[in-house]
Amino acid sequence: MQDKLYNYLLMLGDNSMILGHRLSELCGHGPSLETDIALTNMSLDLFGQVRSYFQYAAKLKAGDATEDSIAFLRTERNHHNALLVEQPNEDFAHVITRQYFFDQYHLLLLEQLCESKDEQINAIAHKSIKEVKYHHRFSKTWMKRLAQGTRVSHEKMQAAVTSLYPYTEELTKANAVENEMFNQGIGADLASIKSVYYEEVDGLLSNIGLQKPEEGFFYKGGKEGIHTEHFGFILSDFQYMQRTYPNMTW
Amino acid sequence: MEHSIEYLEKQFQDRIDRGENIEAKDWMPEKYRKTHIRQISQHAHSEIVGMLPEGNWITRAPSLRRKVALLAKVQDEAGHGLYLYSAAETLGISRDELFHQLHTGKAKYSSIFNYPAVTWADMGAIGWLVDGAAIINQVMLTRTSYGPYARAMVRICKEESFHQRQGYEIMITLCNGTEEQKAMAQDALNRWWWPSLMMFGPTDAESTHTEQSMKWKIKRKTNDELRQQFIDITIPQAEFLGLTVPDPDLKWNEERGHYDFGEIDWTEFWQVVKGFGPCNKERLKARNKAWDNGAWVREAALAYSEKQSKESIRKAV
Repeated sequence: MQDKLYNYLLMLGDNSMILGHRLSELCGHGPSLETDIALTNMSLDLFGQVRSYFQYAAKLKAGDATEDSIAFLRTERNHHNALLVEQPNEDFAHVITRQYFFDQYHLLLLEQLCESKDEQINAIAHKSIKEVKYHHRFSKTWMKRLAQGTRVSHEKMQAAVTSLYPYTEELTKANAVENEMFNQGIGADLASIKSVYYEEVDGLLSNIGLQKPEEGFFYKGGKEGIHTEHFGFILSDFQYMQRTYPNMTW
Repeated sequence: MEHSIEYLEKQFQDRIDRGENIEAKDWMPEKYRKTHIRQISQHAHSEIVGMLPEGNWITRAPSLRRKVALLAKVQDEAGHGLYLYSAAETLGISRDELFHQLHTGKAKYSSIFNYPAVTWADMGAIGWLVDGAAIINQVMLTRTSYGPYARAMVRICKEESFHQRQGYEIMITLCNGTEEQKAMAQDALNRWWWPSLMMFGPTDAESTHTEQSMKWKIKRKTNDELRQQFIDITIPQAEFLGLTVPDPDLKWNEERGHYDFGEIDWTEFWQVVKGFGPCNKERLKARNKAWDNGAWVREAALAYSEKQSKESIRKAV
């Protein structure tokens, strides 16, 4: 089995899965019907991507692996999403900021994966980029609206940026798997993504009057399976049925 | 030329009798308008509150396929809420006002959503029975006399029938599964059967709105007719699943060509309608919380759009 490719697919899939999960927690609880529908739509898109990645991963793994065994039966240390996407839905400002910080990365990543030598990843990226362009437009527009709306919304956005910005660097900091995948022409070049990413993000923040935190400190660990304390609770919900009723068909 | 109210009412009733649709700008009796606001908004509220019992299982859905289907279903309900609030707005009431009526407990919504969704099998039972019962009502409403409502219902019905099949398919999977899964399915049917029958409202003898609603072709069948239709359709489906409907009095009546069924517990029905069902308080609390927590977002969006339009006027000048 191609271990590195399999692990790369887990990283790609886990980011979409955990963010999709966070968005799915909001279904029915949004600030308006329109935003509720939009956030659910993004969650649906992300879970669609998860299915594509994990169906492919299951083929590579062979045996009796399925998209569901990969999605539902791994423990905390075997999940490889960035810490950003597991951050909780503190309020709508955090939801939007988390989304924009991820969407900006996701868009740049998929642009490169559309050139991937791996046919499956290439095809998934072509399908997903259409969705992610919309996510990016949605979250970027809401960043502007909330930063420049009222004094209250501005303060909430500033608090969200201050708390979430330190999670951004991990997205573009390549680990061994990502480096190997880039060298093989399968994965993206995160170094080149990083410079464009911060041009875009820092440019937007400055345009809409939000400050990035002064300390240049960043969190990391998710990609290596070392998560925040939120993560176990996500899995408790996410895996509840599969763990309580093992080996059943639903 | 000014016409008397009696003349206008007669003309209006003639149009209805000829089977014409009434449109938003047409003259209509005040009571017809109010009845529609009440009915369409209750329906819209039911869609929105109805997102909660199922929404509570999205994060715990047992497979990716089921999760995506459930997310899409609950999202459809939000969409139905949108069409219906828009249809109600054509009658001269704002969405904010309708929300206010919901949040303060003034407006009603379908009582079925005051029951808890306690196991995964409830996702099957709700789709199969609750959406099934809703469709019976809604298919009738596609031919209701008020045009915007009837047209909203056409679209809603297409999606609801998909939801119903999706729910039934969950039930089939459970009933083909392990003993534990089948017991879960039976338990869900036991809990949702009677509340589903109550969805059609009080018996015709007790229904206060039916007579006028029939005259205005808001409704085309009575509560009891619709309930019987639902039972007749659903019993063979339960038999196919190998499940037992929790009604010892249920039996086929050859002479009537319908199933006879047991007495509905109307005390429970009225208790839930009056706000004392198992989840009435939680449902209203959840809606109020979402609305209150979202207030600053809506205010910011409004303030931003006002700033943008001032800016574009300034640039244009």
